[in-house]
Order: sequence, then structure tokens, then C-alpha cells
Amino acid sequence: MTTETKKFEQIREDLIRPLHKNTFGNQVWIRVLIIMILLAAFAYGHQLMTGLGLTAMRDYSSWGLYIASFVFWVAVSLIGSLISAVLKLLDQKWSTPLTRISELIALAAIAMAGATIVIDMGRPDRVLNIVLNGRLSSPIVWDFFVVNTYLVISLILLYLPLIPDIAILRDRMTDAPKWQRKLYEVLALNWQGTKEQWALLKKSMKIMIILILPVAFSIHTVTSWLFAVNSRAGWHSTIFGPYFVAGAFVAGSAAVLIAMYVFRTRQKLQDYITDDHFNKMGKLLFLTAMVYLYFNINEYLVPGYAWSRLEGAHLHELFFGQEAPSFWMTQIFGLVLPIILLLFRPMRKPLPVFVIAIFVLIGAWAKRVLIVIPTQFHPQFPIQNVPESFHHYVPTYTELTITLGTFAIAILIITLLVRVFPVVPIWEVAEEHENHEATATKNIK
Amino acid sequence: MKNVKENQSRRKFIRNAGMTLGTLLVTSAIPSFNAVLFAANKPKGKGVWYGIAIDIEKCIGCGNCAKSCKIENDVPQEPFFFRNWVEQYTIKHDGSIVVESPNGGIDGFTQSVPDAEIEKSFFVPKMCNHCAKSPCVQVCPVGATFETPDGVVLVDEKYCIGCRYCVQACPYGCRYIHPTKNVVDKCTLCYHRLKKGLMPACMQNCPTQARISGDLNDPESEVSKFVKTKNVYVLKPHLNTGSKLYYNALNQEVR
Repeated sequence: MTTETKKFEQIREDLIRPLHKNTFGNQVWIRVLIIMILLAAFAYGHQLMTGLGLTAMRDYSSWGLYIASFVFWVAVSLIGSLISAVLKLLDQKWSTPLTRISELIALAAIAMAGATIVIDMGRPDRVLNIVLNGRLSSPIVWDFFVVNTYLVISLILLYLPLIPDIAILRDRMTDAPKWQRKLYEVLALNWQGTKEQWALLKKSMKIMIILILPVAFSIHTVTSWLFAVNSRAGWHSTIFGPYFVAGAFVAGSAAVLIAMYVFRTRQKLQDYITDDHFNKMGKLLFLTAMVYLYFNINEYLVPGYAWSRLEGAHLHELFFGQEAPSFWMTQIFGLVLPIILLLFRPMRKPLPVFVIAIFVLIGAWAKRVLIVIPTQFHPQFPIQNVPESFHHYVPTYTELTITLGTFAIAILIITLLVRVFPVVPIWEVAEEHENHEATATKNIK
Repeated sequence: MKNVKENQSRRKFIRNAGMTLGTLLVTSAIPSFNAVLFAANKPKGKGVWYGIAIDIEKCIGCGNCAKSCKIENDVPQEPFFFRNWVEQYTIKHDGSIVVESPNGGIDGFTQSVPDAEIEKSFFVPKMCNHCAKSPCVQVCPVGATFETPDGVVLVDEKYCIGCRYCVQACPYGCRYIHPTKNVVDKCTLCYHRLKKGLMPACMQNCPTQARISGDLNDPESEVSKFVKTKNVYVLKPHLNTGSKLYYNALNQEVR
């Protein structure tokens, strides 16, 4: 790290300071989000009473925006495991200040993945049937259990490293409102910072970061199998598992970059989320995007070469047909151009990489829509003699409002959590700085 | 020192035993997970094993089957909800194919392709294939879609959660989401009639007896004889669905 090392007290004060401020902008932001959520709740209530007929989903495209968003949420949630588990196990110390951001995103995203799938159900009142009458032959059952497992593990992985920080807040945030102090006291679990407590904490964290890996990989692989097990052109592909996992890391890295930029500017954390972090995350985004590009080429070139009847019809639609504009825009602006731009160092400075990440994230969402929906318009028999609305899928206002509402909930979860907890882990960063200082003095000697 | 250690290990034992007991107690209260590896089973023994046969050479495209099905089974009247329907295939001289099915064939057909361009034309009645290895049964997360011991694929609409996965999985397009019940709906082979010894409504009302159903396990049944004496073919055999809907004189262009 290029920044000078800091003393623990200073780090602590720097990272706690944003929690004291409840800015006007923040309050407006939260109200905007709540209004969006209320609108979505109203729309969902309407959908509950009237049924899924309110959506644009019909016989042919019986899965639409909800399922595409579900895949998107699952994809984004994977980043928690990449940054806090994979990079940590690889001993990548630079990512320490980013772990909490990524875990917050992971938690919000996986919670919304679960919510979206219930929203998509025709009879959400029977969701427990999956537990009570589950059939192990159905990938939906696998997905149900793996999403819930990942939700729990994400929550634990967010909470464990928070405990010492909460204890710091309990001792320092004496001017906070009463409920907030009570919250800190309860959540700190009587943390005193004794040797045994530290040993226990580090051990449990280690177990969790290893435990989350298989679950993280299964969650997105199983989600891809939801599609791949169907013998449909465009879905029935053996590389769907790794293809989805690779794409998930792209989406998640972009989400973390966006959050990094927002928190850095809003909470003035330039000393903790440095330019170098953006540079390194930019490189990570480049790497994951390259892997994803490789899978994309595999996914489209191989069936494109054989051009069998159904695959050919599907690919024709994507490459030259109705979906072509969105397909090429997604591939170029969401993947190819970002890869080229990220090659250049000036493009990995905070602002440019933030803009690139926005494009990548929108592209990632559009890509999931393109994976889920066009395939359904190539059923294995001709579409004819149905109302015009059956031929295309254009989401209705109900679907859009509800989907936007889930985005608002995810952002609200993150916003509220960073109101009460520091967005950069205090003790972990302090530890890094101490280590850094120790090695520095050693080198001087 | 030793005493303290013993004390600790005893405490540990009591704690562990307590935890184990507690876990057992809590888990025993949970209703057992009714997991079945595969919801459908092959028939045990030599019971009835329903199959369907459709003779394309006999079909005149009157649409009585689709119409009677809607009346018998309370299928929504809108022209895009069908448990069964008839398609008119027209193959042109240049090899291109036109498939039409206005209102599922209920109102009859008019040929839209000029006579001079037609190579050949025929009707293909379609319905649930009541597959022995149904992809729809396989993917149902709650076992709402199941196969009866006599080989009919049914939906228990009290269990269906409306996830629409079976609609995706069916390669024959035989399922739809019921607009008011919000659950999936499909052909039952008129199971309520079969159980009373009656024919399914679509077959009862077929004027040319182009469609029949019966016991495939009984070598003397009409269906068994049909399958044995004619060159029958199923739709999409490469998908290995174990389709039990046998067509006579099925053209390779039919999808």
C-alpha cells in the first residue's frame, strides 16, 4: 500500500466519524428509497390479488423480468465470497478495506434474490410446500436450499468481523440515540477483546471463509442448472455453470467498484479506499471480464458453428434478429469495451473505473435478461394463433415497479447498515497498518 | 490443576450431551422431509398402463376434440388456453412449412396457402403425451405434478406453487397457467371419465375415431394393436421423454 501507516486511534476516529453525521442528502435518499419500496409494495399487493396476469408473462415467455433479476441478484451476491474469501485465502492483503462493502452487497443481493423468487410465484402462500413436500429431482428445490444457506452464511460472515468494531462503537458512540447504543451493546456480545475472544473470532472467521466457497459456487451453478437442465436451445449447455459463475464475478466486481466510489466520496475515506484500490479492483474486473468473455465465445461460437435447427433459430434472433441491438450493445458496452479500456492505467483511476463499472453492471443485468427471455420464444413447436402480446415479452409497469422496488430495498439495506456500522472494517485495517509498519521498521533496521 | 481440568471436561461433556439432546428434540418436532428422488414410478406388476394413439390419416381437422375438451374440463374459453388442439401442416413445393391452428382448430380450418404452392397438407392433433419419463414431473419442486400408477400425468392444484418450471420443461407445449387459479393446468386424459369406464371427451367426440386410448399392458387392447400393426412414431423421440402418444403416419417435419 502506498499510503502512510496510521495509528489505531486515528483510524478509529476516521472511520467512526461518518456515523455521527446524518446529512440532509442521506435523509432525502432514504425517503426516496422508501417511496419506491411503498410503490412496489402496492404493486405487489395488486399482483397478489389479481394474479400473475398483471405481468407480461404468458404461455411462451412464462419466465420474465423477475427470473432475470433473480439471476442477477444471485450473481451480484457472489462477490462477497470472492473478496472476503477467495482473496483472503490467497493472502491478498490489499482487499481488507473492501471486505465489508462486498459482504454488505452480498447480503443485500442474496436477500433480494430470495424475495424475487417468491414475488415470481403464482401461489406464494404455498412457498413452504418446497420444504414440506420437496422433490429432490427438481433443481428449484436445490436452489431454494442453497440460496437460504448462502443467506445465512453471508449474514454470519458479515457479522463476525463486525463484533470487535461494534464493541468499539459501543465504547465510543456515547452520544448516539438510545436505541443505537442498545443495539451496539446487544450485538457486541460482550466483546472485551481478550486473547481467547480474539482466537475464537479468528478461528470462526477462517472456518466461515472456507465454508462459504463451496456454497457460493453451488448457489450460482445450481441457478444456472435451472435453465441448463431443460432441453431448450440457448439453455441446454454444459458450460452454463462456470459461465454463470464467471459472469457473477464480473457483476459483483462492478457492484463493489460502484459502492467503493460512492462511500469514498460520501464518507471522505480517501485514505482508506485509495486510488490504488480502484486500480487493483479495476484489474480484478478486467481479469473476471476476460474469463467471462472466454466463456461467452464458447457459448456462442460452438452452437453457432454447428447451427442446428433450433440453436440456429435462437442464435439468428440474437445475432441478427429482434434481439440483436440489445445483444450487441450488451456484449460491446458491457464487456468488450470495458475490457479494452481497463487495459489502460488512467482508466483505472476512481472516476473512470466507476463509470466503466456502471456500464458493466447494467450490461450484466441486460445479459441475464437476454439469457432468460429470448430462449423461450424458440419453443420446440411453432408459435401461432395467439394474441400479439404472446409473441414478445415487454415487462408491464407492475413488473417494473416491483423490480425497481427490490433494487430500492437492496440499496436501503446497505444504506441503513452503513448508517450504524463503519463501512471499512476498523480493526482489520488497523491490523494491516500495524503489520505494514512492523515490516517497514524491520526493513529500515 | 488436575481438578480444574476434570471439572472442565465434565462440564464440556454435560454441555455437549445437552446440545445433542436439544438438537434431537428440536429436529424431531419438524415434520419429516417428504423427499422422493423421482416423483414418477414405472407401473408395478401388470396393472393398467394408459397410452394414446392418434391416426393422422384419419384426422379430418374438425376440431371436435379441442371443443369437447374445453366443455368437459372447464378450460378457459379464450382462444389460447388449450389442453389439446389441432395443427394444420402445409408443406410447400420449396420445402418451407406453414403451421396454422386458428383457435386450436375449434372453428375449423381454411387453407391460407394457394393450391399451386402446396406439396402436401395434413392435420396433427396434439395433446399431453403422458410421458413415462416426464420432464415436467421431474422438475416439479413440490410434487404437484405426478404420474399415477396407471401412467397418467396429473396435477394436484392444491400443491402447485405456480413456479411455471414445468411449463418450461414440457417439450410439447402442453401446459399453461390457469388465469384465475394461478396454478398450472393440463390434459388429464379425462381421468375422471377413465375411472368410470368412459372414453376421454376428445376421443368420444372424434367422428373418425382418429384418436384412441387404452391399456398398453393389455395386448388385446385397441391401443396395443394399433401400436403393433402400424408404423407408429412419437414426437421428439431424441428427448427421451418416454412419450406414450403414438402417431400413425407422422411426417418428419412435425415438431
